[in-house]
Amino acid sequence: MSGIVYFSSVSENTRRFVDRLELPAQRIPLRPSDQPLAAREPYVLIVPTYGGGNGRGAVPKRVITFLNDEKNRSLIRGVVAAGNTNFGSAYCIAGNIVARKCQVPHLYNFELLGTTEDVLRVREGLGQFWLQH
Amino acid sequence: MSEKLKLVSRVQAINWNRIEDDKDLEVWDRLTGNFWLPEKIPLSNDIQSWHTLKEHEQLMTTRVFAGLTLLDTVQGTVGAVSLIPDALTPHEEAVYTNIAFMESVHAKSYSSIFSTLISTAEIDDAFRWSEENENLQRKAHIILDYYRGDDPEKRKVASTMLESFLFYSGFYAPMYWSSRAKLTNTADLIRLIIRDEAVHGYYIGYKFQKALEKATPERRAELKDYTFELLFELYENEEQYTEDLYDPLGLTEDVKAFLRYNANKALMNLGYEGLFPKDQVQVNPAILSALSPNADENHDFFSGSGSSYVIGKAVNTEDEDWEF
Repeated sequence: MSGIVYFSSVSENTRRFVDRLELPAQRIPLRPSDQPLAAREPYVLIVPTYGGGNGRGAVPKRVITFLNDEKNRSLIRGVVAAGNTNFGSAYCIAGNIVARKCQVPHLYNFELLGTTEDVLRVREGLGQFWLQH
Repeated sequence: MSEKLKLVSRVQAINWNRIEDDKDLEVWDRLTGNFWLPEKIPLSNDIQSWHTLKEHEQLMTTRVFAGLTLLDTVQGTVGAVSLIPDALTPHEEAVYTNIAFMESVHAKSYSSIFSTLISTAEIDDAFRWSEENENLQRKAHIILDYYRGDDPEKRKVASTMLESFLFYSGFYAPMYWSSRAKLTNTADLIRLIIRDEAVHGYYIGYKFQKALEKATPERRAELKDYTFELLFELYENEEQYTEDLYDPLGLTEDVKAFLRYNANKALMNLGYEGLFPKDQVQVNPAILSALSPNADENHDFFSGSGSSYVIGKAVNTEDEDWEF
């Protein structure tokens, strides 16, 4: 069993989803001045997609900084993305981008805070996933 | 609008180099980055397609756009403006002015669609219909009452309901036509509006949640009750409005699922969990895919079905911050 690393802006949408998973999770700090997070065990990243801008800026900058660290990057095993279908083809595109950059599977998408079904699906899915990875 | 507009009581010079809430700058950048005008969309390419629609299909579509024009007019001239005096930071005021302006761009876009596709007499008929349709007028009045009221948080809830829920009985129609390869340029324009509304609903909902953080438990409970009561009142009205528009095409039940799906998203923008259960929000996959081509099940890796082990499609934009 390994962990979750997530990012959530001050809107706290993604944090609320992660809280409902009731699984051990570490948050990537909001501000550049905060102590950076260093991953120590394999993890699945849960990341919100910043909408608009035609894909530019879709992955939050703090997440990029976290993944630029080679040690952090070596421990990512998959990515779950949040988004809003209102953004059309950019829906949850942060998941696509991270999956391609880090060569890990894009596991799941959910909208905004996620539904109860999303929470159950991801909790169960991650349980299975860690048995195999 | 005969009542005197409430103005901010004191003015502080806006300093974008001293940001109190990072969200203000982030949303400002996103909104300005998304800026567009209807003249950029080649709507005239839809003229041929328009003439393939049957008369009752054209009538429904025309009325949909007249209804959307009314709501965008409300939001542009009253809604977003009424939020300005409640703003906590000068940057928040600036974001509301951007939102108000874009709503006026949206309202004008429908006129571009009208002038491209239909005659002046038909346009006048559609506007007359929007003034006479009881359910459309009722929804505008419910929202306007809160905009004119004296509760800043209830104003934000009403505004988020409009941005994230009440437009969607209308947005369904262009997504429906797009899924049948009709009026595709019009649909492209509407998708730009849908994208803007997502940022507006997210931001106003966020500001509502910031206000809740400082509220007493009693006040929080009051606002939660109010939000759900308002949603029920609006939903009941939306059902009737939907029947007015879509019964002749037999699409009403399909539209209602789309309404409930968006009602849940409006609640989420306000920080609440969705109200309608999964089996009531099953949006027609053709509509969902007209809205977002990525919204299918391809990314449920956990389901283990087929080729869902996707390592990400090619993305043609790259941020300069990546170092690998």
